[in-house]
Amino acid sequence: MLLQAIAFYVFAAVVVASGAMVVVSRNPVYSVLFLILAFFNAAALFVLIGAEFIAMILVIVYVGAVAVLFLFVVMMLDINMTKLKEGFLDYLPIGAMIGAAMLAEILFGLGVWGSETSGTVQAFNRAGIPPVTIDNTRAIGQVLYTQYFYLFQVAGLVLLVAMIGAIVLTLRRRPGVRRQRVADQLYRSKEETMTVVKVPSREGV
Amino acid sequence: MMIGLGHYLTVAGVLFTLGILGIFLNRKNVIVILMCVELMLLAVNINLVAFSVYQGNIVGQIFAMLVLTVAAAEAAIGLAILVVYFRNRSTVEVEDINAMKG
Repeated sequence: MLLQAIAFYVFAAVVVASGAMVVVSRNPVYSVLFLILAFFNAAALFVLIGAEFIAMILVIVYVGAVAVLFLFVVMMLDINMTKLKEGFLDYLPIGAMIGAAMLAEILFGLGVWGSETSGTVQAFNRAGIPPVTIDNTRAIGQVLYTQYFYLFQVAGLVLLVAMIGAIVLTLRRRPGVRRQRVADQLYRSKEETMTVVKVPSREGV
Repeated sequence: MMIGLGHYLTVAGVLFTLGILGIFLNRKNVIVILMCVELMLLAVNINLVAFSVYQGNIVGQIFAMLVLTVAAAEAAIGLAILVVYFRNRSTVEVEDINAMKG
């Protein structure tokens, strides 16, 4: 129990610290790397609470795909970062004010909700984590592929639309590039490509 | 020292607030704003999974997976728009993005 508490506090502290570093870091490449650190530690928190499947999905999807995508874009675009960081301190007072207000509201709401007696944080804590009979992945599979099957397919559709959208957005036709267009080759007719020339003898074409 | 639901909710709340704060502080840089949106979605996921585990109801984790899917799609589309925009205007400053006069 004590070990679990220590692990929780370490992971939570690293998540929050790296989240803060994402925000304040001067170089966006460092921001992305801290984002990866935050995702890893959030995955560790998920493992700690007993949601292993989501933790692994988080590592695969976020670290393997989304963060690498961010890294590509950050390194590909030639952006003047010092100019972008101007005015960071100008926005600090209002940003800090709104952030503090939001944090206070969230924690206040959590505290008020916790001070009631039934159906609250304390009630959940007293009851503890319900005993699990089957492992996490099996439990998710049993629900996901039966009850939420259409939702699962809609998620696939969302990814398909995102993929096609990203390709359509970034694809560009450059003028002056000679590339093979198979459709054009297949659809051309005999009239536009062939002419019969009557060649007189001894004169050539 | 017992780790309960409240601890996880607090971490998620702090992370969400950090995301909001990042959007305010990095108002010029679209890439960091997108990263902060990802951070906020992560906070939401922590909330969903914590409640799911403490209620003994697996549906919250299914929903967390759907949130993950939408987050991935959003990152892909957002970065594609960003690349196209940078190609046309060679800047990603938020203040310059006013072609739609919104």
